[in-house]
Amino acid sequence: MTTYPTNRMQADVIIVGGGFMGAATAFFLRRQGLSVILLERNLVGQAASGVNFGNVRRQSRYLGQLPLANRSRDIWINLPRLIGEDAEFVMSGHILVTTSEKDGARLEKYAVDCKPYGLDLTIMTGDQARAKFPMVGPDIRTVSYSPLDGHANPRLAAPAFGRAARRAGARVIENTEVCAITKTSEDFIVETRDGHSFQAPLLQISSGAWGRAMAASFGEDIPFAANGPQMGVTEPLPYRIGPVIGSASSVLEEGVYLRQVKRGNIVYGGGRRSVADLVAKRSPIDPLNTMRQMPYLARLVPQIARLRVIRTWSGVEGYVGDNLPIMGPSSKVPGLFYAFGFCGHGFQLGPGVGMTMAELIATGHTDIPLEPFHIKRFQ
Amino acid sequence: MADEPVIVIGAGPAGTRAAQRLVQAGLRPVVIDENDRQGGQIYRRQPENFHRTPEKLYGTEAAKATALHTDFDLLRPHIDYHPGTTVWGVSDEGLMTVCGQDVTIVPFSRVIIASGATDRIMPVPGWTTPGAYSLGAAQIALKAQACAIGQKPVFMGTGPLLYLVAWQYLQAGARPAAVLDTSALSTRMKGLRRMASRARVVANGVRYMADLARAGVRLHAGITPRAIEASNNQVSGVTWCDSRGRLRQVSCDAVGIGYGLRSETQLADLLKCDFTFDPCFTQWRPHVDRNGRTSRPDVYLAGDGVLLRGADAAEAAGQLAACAVLRDGGHGVEDTEFTQLHETLAIMNRFGRGLAEAFPWPAHLARALPDETVVCRCENITAGEIRRAAGELDAPEMNRAKALTRPGMGRCQGRMCGLAAAEILAAARNVPVREVGRLRTAAPVKPLPLNCTVKS
Repeated sequence: MTTYPTNRMQADVIIVGGGFMGAATAFFLRRQGLSVILLERNLVGQAASGVNFGNVRRQSRYLGQLPLANRSRDIWINLPRLIGEDAEFVMSGHILVTTSEKDGARLEKYAVDCKPYGLDLTIMTGDQARAKFPMVGPDIRTVSYSPLDGHANPRLAAPAFGRAARRAGARVIENTEVCAITKTSEDFIVETRDGHSFQAPLLQISSGAWGRAMAASFGEDIPFAANGPQMGVTEPLPYRIGPVIGSASSVLEEGVYLRQVKRGNIVYGGGRRSVADLVAKRSPIDPLNTMRQMPYLARLVPQIARLRVIRTWSGVEGYVGDNLPIMGPSSKVPGLFYAFGFCGHGFQLGPGVGMTMAELIATGHTDIPLEPFHIKRFQ
Repeated sequence: MADEPVIVIGAGPAGTRAAQRLVQAGLRPVVIDENDRQGGQIYRRQPENFHRTPEKLYGTEAAKATALHTDFDLLRPHIDYHPGTTVWGVSDEGLMTVCGQDVTIVPFSRVIIASGATDRIMPVPGWTTPGAYSLGAAQIALKAQACAIGQKPVFMGTGPLLYLVAWQYLQAGARPAAVLDTSALSTRMKGLRRMASRARVVANGVRYMADLARAGVRLHAGITPRAIEASNNQVSGVTWCDSRGRLRQVSCDAVGIGYGLRSETQLADLLKCDFTFDPCFTQWRPHVDRNGRTSRPDVYLAGDGVLLRGADAAEAAGQLAACAVLRDGGHGVEDTEFTQLHETLAIMNRFGRGLAEAFPWPAHLARALPDETVVCRCENITAGEIRRAAGELDAPEMNRAKALTRPGMGRCQGRMCGLAAAEILAAARNVPVREVGRLRTAAPVKPLPLNCTVKS
């Protein structure tokens, strides 16, 4: 537990929300030499950041997001040097698979389109893929292989960035819920439910699914939904499945994905989502979704049908109307920045978002193109 | 779901009496039981082709066991009975059950959960060695399969079950090498004050101890476990410190371990019932009124699954929960029936609390557990890893510790290790154990085959 004085604490930057984005931004802001206060309602990395699938995947992303994803990937492989631990990142490769001709053609086109962005994918037939990845099921006809992608442990990554930020001098304050943010002519004043207040000229909102309400309070509302991805994990078995395997199907229920961790368990998710409860701060896991996922998981890897599920879970994730995040400066309030609403694909981006936002906040500029994610697109 | 049936989960003493009372009122309840045969744990039935007498199986409780079995058999035409069926989750449409590969969604108007209890474990170095069992498992082996965990087992832990199981092994011809109880004789005498309310039960316990002593079984009180020793990856002995602090050793070929019981509360958790910390049993349990009503109007609890008072209390609590269901559903139930059951249970409550006082959970052992001792056996997580979560990783409560270093992350979801892990976390952070909370339940309650299909 962090203690702090009762008078108003000041810093160069206040970050509201200690998910992966907030924790990583705090860490990189310290490297930019700025003082930073990170305010987290619960514990760092406990919501969507901590309970997502753990995909460190670039392929199939919106092309305009690849520069950010590439930057992030370069940080992932350097985590031990940067923050002192690897968050169980493994460069296992990532394969997208499909059973339909139409989806296969889409994979082939993407592999061509992403090349100029420095993402090299290999398109394989089902048989070629099965020769390399024998666990892949017989129904799979086209596979897109991204050798330099992989997966990591979401329960560890954001808390690790939070601790690294604290070691680097950020004031990471947990169990503190922000109840009001006001802007004076110069500074932001942030008040918390436990009666403390904080002051800074620069403010980042990175409060995930709760970011929408905060942006709306500054007159910048967006089309938004808070949903719960449906996750699960099997009992452990010998480590055999290298790559993350995801379905490229455009049919919602078929869109499942899985990865095996080195301890042996297979983590999976995908398909329908539940509706999140932003007040209770929980997303239900619908056991019927667990049932719906089973046959499609077995289509990716038939042997999985012989295993048992030992746990299922969900988390509160924010989905923006156009399925792209809100990232960059406010269009209305100088000094205000956003990094939230990553639509279920933020985990891979976390380190890159932190570095890019810190650069933007500290210098007013970044080489990473953020235009597609600017909140002004909804005004 | 007012038109849907009343569901009873569990067919032990509480579930059976609940179902019976509902049938008496003219209802046709659905009874879902995880076991293949009715009876629960204490009155577990042997397989059909086994022919030991009730006296042999249940000792002094033979008449009660026979009554519970006979009464249930008479209920069979009046209930929908689903043996071998596990309730593994809760959806908006009802309870999710699985039997083999068949998943069924069972809607309900009200549900009585009588899910019983399992052993409460305090790890000790070597407790994951083949040949080390929980006391309950040692008892199941004997009752259900007529198998012993060893020819000269040691029973270690605390609580009345320790002596009952040792006595049952003795009767079955496997003379225990020793019974090692962490509770000191003086501690037991303190609990006796409250336990005197049920002299016959105390007399039974004394008889078990006397029979064991007469057969030459050494009964040690006030011990501190040190280690379960192994040779060739098989249990070969136990070391402990006696009440005077001397290091002792006994050779054996198996160990049964148990420190009282823990309620099986996962279903109440999935149904979003409120929980409360019970300082007497030092564990979290669903909050219930004295009739078994939870914070949710359609969920009722009975038996050891909510309050650890034993089989006699479970029978009364099952009937009482059924009375509450009937009254809340508009059926007539006489006040006198409630009153009588409350009176019965008041005695049981006093006795149960006396037992908890006489055979206390040895929380202090958690602090002394060596760092390298495995606590979560599913995930192979040591005491040291939990302490790392408490210290370096700053986890203030169990779910955070689970997220960071994995205790309770495996097949059993912390049912086995959760309470001990909480003690280790609390000790490492120097806070009372209630402050580190409890592991949240996630479906499936038990591992669920990935080749299941929903049966409509």
